[in-house]
Amino acid sequence: MAEQTKEYRATLKPEGVRGKSIRKDELREVPHVTSRPNAKYAWAAGVAMSRFLDELKEGRIVGRKCRKCARVLVPPRMFCERCYRQTDEWVELPGTAVIETFAVSYLDTDANRIKEPILVGVVDLDGAPPHCGFMHYFDEMSPDEIHIGMPVEAVWKPKEERDGAITDIRYFRPRRK
Amino acid sequence: MNLKETNRSAAVVGAGMTLFASRLQETGKEMTWEAAKMALDQAGLTLADIDAVILGTAPDAFDGVHKKGEWLLDGAGGVGKPYMRVYTGGGTAVMAPIAGWWHVASGMYDKVLVLCEEKMSSVQPHAQSAFGHIWDPILDRPLKPNLVWIFSMEMQRYMHKYDVSYEDIASVAVKNKRNAVGHPCAQLADPDITLEDVINSEPMALPVRRLDISPPSDGASAVVIVRGDMAHDLTEIPVFIDGVGWCIDTTMWTNRDLAFPEFVVKAAKMAYDMAGIDNPKKEIDVAEPYDPFDYKEVQHLEALGLFEPGEAARATREGKTQRDGELPVCPSGGLLGVGNPIAATLGIKVGELFWQLSGQAGVRQVKKDIRTGVTQAWGDLMQFSSVLVMRRH
Repeated sequence: MAEQTKEYRATLKPEGVRGKSIRKDELREVPHVTSRPNAKYAWAAGVAMSRFLDELKEGRIVGRKCRKCARVLVPPRMFCERCYRQTDEWVELPGTAVIETFAVSYLDTDANRIKEPILVGVVDLDGAPPHCGFMHYFDEMSPDEIHIGMPVEAVWKPKEERDGAITDIRYFRPRRK
Repeated sequence: MNLKETNRSAAVVGAGMTLFASRLQETGKEMTWEAAKMALDQAGLTLADIDAVILGTAPDAFDGVHKKGEWLLDGAGGVGKPYMRVYTGGGTAVMAPIAGWWHVASGMYDKVLVLCEEKMSSVQPHAQSAFGHIWDPILDRPLKPNLVWIFSMEMQRYMHKYDVSYEDIASVAVKNKRNAVGHPCAQLADPDITLEDVINSEPMALPVRRLDISPPSDGASAVVIVRGDMAHDLTEIPVFIDGVGWCIDTTMWTNRDLAFPEFVVKAAKMAYDMAGIDNPKKEIDVAEPYDPFDYKEVQHLEALGLFEPGEAARATREGKTQRDGELPVCPSGGLLGVGNPIAATLGIKVGELFWQLSGQAGVRQVKKDIRTGVTQAWGDLMQFSSVLVMRRH
């Protein structure tokens, strides 16, 4: 065993540690370079998601059924990743759900602090087996009322404002029907 | 799978890591060079002795450059050698050394250097701006998500399904931030932190509060992995990699069971089978599961078969996972205490088990005799896990 190894073992202590920590304001003082990438993307939604988005525009939530595992895939895909076979048919779902899980967020997308929390979570859609659903906002309920298992329904944008996006649903609210 | 008949055994003979800090002046290349030098020095080797180099680093978006493998190459010591990048998000921390292991266990190479690097401070105004690119562009991004949401939703579902209290989970953060006090690289060590501090910390996305989360960090770590039959010539107590496993679940995250990570169970089973471990509760002496959030440590302990589902949080509050407890968990201080430079947490997972199992962990050393440890990392879109069983023979 090399001599330097033994020496090193004795020095796994602060003086043996490398790296100079700097404060946020110091970053502006030390030599640095900034840039803002100018990259724009246009993602084709694909075969399954294009139909899903078109149906949202009409105020409908649809999934793809896999007859082998009996799941209704929402978000839909043209193949089932578990059975690894083509999915069989489109199924329209009623637009009601229960809350699978949720968060009460005081952070916006860039981690800025916000005063009024965003209620967001995953919906477990009626008409499909468990764990078939997507993320969305919740509203018309308070952070104290929201809970797992709460029955909810989709609140849609007015038809003329819909543009074939997940945001054509404004949010899910406590079910009234 | 043929898990018991790999060509060769492989062992860790040296490890190194830089300071973990919210911002380091060093570039990624400078950090990787420093971590590599420490690991090589500890192994008593120079770069000329190394046959191949593995570099683990997470999203390119943190650095704003493409092909971070090549970007970091010179600092990682890969010039003129077989070199590859491993990237499985947070899971990289344990996946990169698994790649190092198969380079040796396949019989192709004798001595391999494994580096992991992350510099999260370059992206402005916050690493969250880069994390935003993880989400599905069609379904998720129009909702302007913050990555913390997804963890909050998982934690909520976990607490609901297994009736686990927030206070019990928060005791993980207290333990790890206190454990980190002995770590020379630690960013958030706090000898005085209390459960009340965590419970009363700023709400981020409830149930997740500020002190439930590990901090974004800059840092680099390295380990040297060599042929098992060479290991004793290089170091007094080599630590053997006896089991490896990894597994990934669907990217359709809203279609997963968010309460329990079955893919971790599968990855652990592969590693345990390979290491000949039938009863992890009895045979594992020390654990370094991935703890970017306090609830992840308990969820991972349960999926690793070290506690029954829903029991690890209470066990933590009862002190069973303290450094001097029945099963020491994250004696390094973990990501919650030392810091979370995604891939570079190699140093507090595989690095820590090497130092612990070879008796070199200094003030962090687990006092009781420990021979077998398990470490695990978790990443991609919360869907991937890598597991590694390490042993002193």
